[in-house]
Amino acid sequence: MRMSDDAIELHRVSVTYRMHRIRSLKEFTVRTVVRNRDDSRVYALRDVSLRIARGESVGIIGDNGAGKSTLLRVAAGIITPTAGMAVSRGTMAPLLELGTGFETELSGRENIFFNGALLGRSHEQMEAHLEEIIAFSGLERFIDTPLRTYSTGMVARLAFSIATAVDADTILLDEILAVGDASFRARCDERIQRFLTAGSTVLVVSHELPVIRHLCARTIWLSQGAIVGDGASDEIIDRYERERGG
Amino acid sequence: MSATILERRTVAGEPLRLGNELRDLMQHAHLARQLVHRDLTIRYKRSVLGFLWTMLHPLLLMLIFLVVFSNVFRFQTPHYETYFLSEYIGWIFFAQTVTHVMAAVAWNGPLMKRIRVPPSIFTISATISGLINLLLSLAMLFVIMLIAGAPLRPTLLFLPVSLVVLAMFTFGIALALAAVSVFFADVREMIQAALPAVMYLTPIIYPISIIPERWRPFFKLNPVAYVLEIVRDPIYYGILPTPLTMTIAVMVSIASVVFGWMIFSRLAPRFHAHV
Repeated sequence: MRMSDDAIELHRVSVTYRMHRIRSLKEFTVRTVVRNRDDSRVYALRDVSLRIARGESVGIIGDNGAGKSTLLRVAAGIITPTAGMAVSRGTMAPLLELGTGFETELSGRENIFFNGALLGRSHEQMEAHLEEIIAFSGLERFIDTPLRTYSTGMVARLAFSIATAVDADTILLDEILAVGDASFRARCDERIQRFLTAGSTVLVVSHELPVIRHLCARTIWLSQGAIVGDGASDEIIDRYERERGG
Repeated sequence: MSATILERRTVAGEPLRLGNELRDLMQHAHLARQLVHRDLTIRYKRSVLGFLWTMLHPLLLMLIFLVVFSNVFRFQTPHYETYFLSEYIGWIFFAQTVTHVMAAVAWNGPLMKRIRVPPSIFTISATISGLINLLLSLAMLFVIMLIAGAPLRPTLLFLPVSLVVLAMFTFGIALALAAVSVFFADVREMIQAALPAVMYLTPIIYPISIIPERWRPFFKLNPVAYVLEIVRDPIYYGILPTPLTMTIAVMVSIASVVFGWMIFSRLAPRFHAHV
């Protein structure tokens, strides 16, 4: 049997949330008994199907609330779809939200190990890459101070350094490149290129269209949870800009 | 990149697969260790007594119960302190783990929404840190027994078996309650209220002989009593649990894990919308 070579497959994926969420057993019981349950749902993703081949770099664009972050989470296996199926192959380095999996009371160094553990890395792996992570983040002077003293940019730099220190088959980036200064962004760029050269798959969600144009060969445009454009980055982004401008 | 490519499928409406979860757990073994370490240290990091406080807290509770109840029951129960503590530390493990797991899942909810961690890892780490606390309490109980002159018997060697059964029972219940409490926040409070009731319905602080004969069949329906009895038997009575008691305890524990996993695996795929 030949296995598909795609890094990510989504088959008719929909993700919905209840408009009214029942939070307590009391409310659940009462509403079930009096048959007053509001089951109306809101779509975060609507019947999305796509394939991303191994080694592709794909940008995801769209307005706020279009479902970009939800798409990444489904791809990462964090969200189980309400309908459809998601398949991913290979190890993942998800960078989905800043400050996730960091303990503000712990130092930067301790956080490297804790965050690494959350990503499924072993202590030895983190130990082996420790110096490199610290050097890449440019936080040598602050690495032993508690994380609560860090700025947003500093946390972003640390998060990116940790997640990308160990090789991964797929990297998911959600608005991570927007923070950090110019020199850090140049280094991130270099590292992403290195991953791509090594055959990794990269998915980038960003509002910064030039970044997507530059990093990604292919772009997917989401609107209200559905794919409205999927193709060469220049073509899709041009269309997106025209439509938004006009 | 490894030769065998890790494939992960998430299908709408499908429960968590045991195989996938176990594989994820192995991969996150280091995280489990870190979580246990945090449970045991950070909670008390800022207090002067530090780690000792983890021991002192149950010790104080034990003392209170001991002082209050030893006078009530001492005429019918020799070495009441051993009688009471041998089962009470098991109960504390059960009650604290169940409470702790529900809090841990709520507390780590935002994390589960943003990073792919095996959802059962918080239940596992809480059970393990509870077990470590239980072992420390046991060591303390042995010291108390020595001081009080209660005999330490060779049947103590059976204790590891009892503890495994108790841990399984606790883990299963904790899994189910952790999953349900993600959906309904008020379940936590309900359980908090129910736990003391269950404790008093179990012959922990009193001997079963004070219960009138006609009520005893009802007490026999309490599964908690069996998994705690197999802990008390080798410590206090110096006997191995009877085959009947042991069989019931083992069956109840297996049922607890199976039932706990059935609930947990079905609810876990929907956690992200509720935490």
